[in-house]
Amino acid sequence: MANYSTNEFRSGLKVMLDGDPCSILENEFVKPGKGQAFNRVKLRNLKTARVLEKTFKSGESLEGADVMDTDMQYLYTDGDFWYFMEPDTYEQHQANENAVGDALQWLSEQDTCIVTLYNGSPLSVTPPNHVELEIVETDPGLRGDTAQGGSKPARLVTGAVVKVPLFLDQGDMVKVDTRTGEYQGRVK
Amino acid sequence: MDKWKPGASIGALKRRAQMMASIRHFFSRRSVLEVDVPLLSSSTVTDINIESISAKVGGSKGYLQTSPEYFMKRLLASGSGDIYSMSKAFRDGEVGSKHNPEFTMLEWYRCGWDEHQLIDEVIELISSVISAPENVTIDITKISYIDCFVDHVGVDPQDADLDRLQEIAAGLASESWSEETRENCLDLIFSLKVEPQLPLGIAIIYDYPECQSALAQFGVNNAGQKVSRRFEVFLNRMEVGNGYLELTDADEQRLRFNRDCINREKSKKSPVNIDIKLLAALEAGLPSCAGVAIGVDRLLMNEAESNSIDEVVSFSWLRC
Repeated sequence: MANYSTNEFRSGLKVMLDGDPCSILENEFVKPGKGQAFNRVKLRNLKTARVLEKTFKSGESLEGADVMDTDMQYLYTDGDFWYFMEPDTYEQHQANENAVGDALQWLSEQDTCIVTLYNGSPLSVTPPNHVELEIVETDPGLRGDTAQGGSKPARLVTGAVVKVPLFLDQGDMVKVDTRTGEYQGRVK
Repeated sequence: MDKWKPGASIGALKRRAQMMASIRHFFSRRSVLEVDVPLLSSSTVTDINIESISAKVGGSKGYLQTSPEYFMKRLLASGSGDIYSMSKAFRDGEVGSKHNPEFTMLEWYRCGWDEHQLIDEVIELISSVISAPENVTIDITKISYIDCFVDHVGVDPQDADLDRLQEIAAGLASESWSEETRENCLDLIFSLKVEPQLPLGIAIIYDYPECQSALAQFGVNNAGQKVSRRFEVFLNRMEVGNGYLELTDADEQRLRFNRDCINREKSKKSPVNIDIKLLAALEAGLPSCAGVAIGVDRLLMNEAESNSIDEVVSFSWLRC
């Protein structure tokens, strides 16, 4: 892989740090008037999802990481692995529980997810930003309570639990933002 | 982002015009002469951490000036008396939220003054050109570099072993700092550990460590340590200026230039010829003086409560 110098560090660039692939989140150029320039860099370790901060001398470089974000269709799970398919090549990839992580609670078959491949194997899975899912369990809806601001927990078909308005019922479809886990609206 | 548009709002451009007018007014009332010195010269600074932008001038090499300092010192040596310059300065590779390769620098010199007299004037200037809400006085703190460093880091920046400073720097930054020079370790630790804890308002840090003298004279502090008679100005924790009791000794200046050139070669930076016209001016006699440079864009960033230089200059490099 190519090496990238601090002045090429951009948000989203994937680099190797201490043997792990990382994604650059922020890169701040710092330079005292008379002093040496340096770069304060925030990175996310793509294996652990931990965010770390490192300061490099300007001009230092890091090796690029063989990491690719690829749109893939979620097919099914056999309980041990989750299977994804590249829509163009029909090539299938199996992701373990570690790679699927929190995406697990949002995955519906046929949904298009971003699968991050590291050296060709799934490293992490990002669900679609918005998903539409059915409520399978919640307290009975309160008719006519549409104006109230109250909310209640509802379990969705994929296992996620989100807060929804009081008037919704089991069987209703809701739209949820997977980045925040927040209810966005009812789907008719 | 529409790149054809200016980064600064029209209001921010007006604020810039007002600030530049009030700076000129400030110096005019004090009979400090405005000088308009070249931005393009056949020589440039040797400073290891400052890169000049070079230009071709009719087949020979020129440089955009990184500060008006050398020309101003040549004027001082010619008997100009107190002078200021407010103009553009250029530094290569400096692009970031607080840096643009082309920026506006205010620099002035006071003959016969020491750095503490100049510090008082810097405080008066900043207080008079930035707008504070009514009945609010801006806090002013003066503290020596060594005291400030000891307070926040717990070690004496001058007496501490280099190993210890490298260890602190590596802990704050990354392992690659464990081989760094004392100057670079101090800069890093100061930026990451001390700056964020500086008092708000105007904070003046004076008596820099011996190794960070740049173009300042040496002195001795109360504790008997050899220090640089250099100060830095921080406004709400952002570096806005740097000043010295100016070095007037031509031999010492030549020594520092030569040492810079050796260091540039060691760290594989582009070679620079030393400015022999400046040395000739020092030999002819630079009057004893104190000088300071202030980043006007940084003052405007503070004014706009902005964390981005792009919002206070018409067109930052991103838009050029």
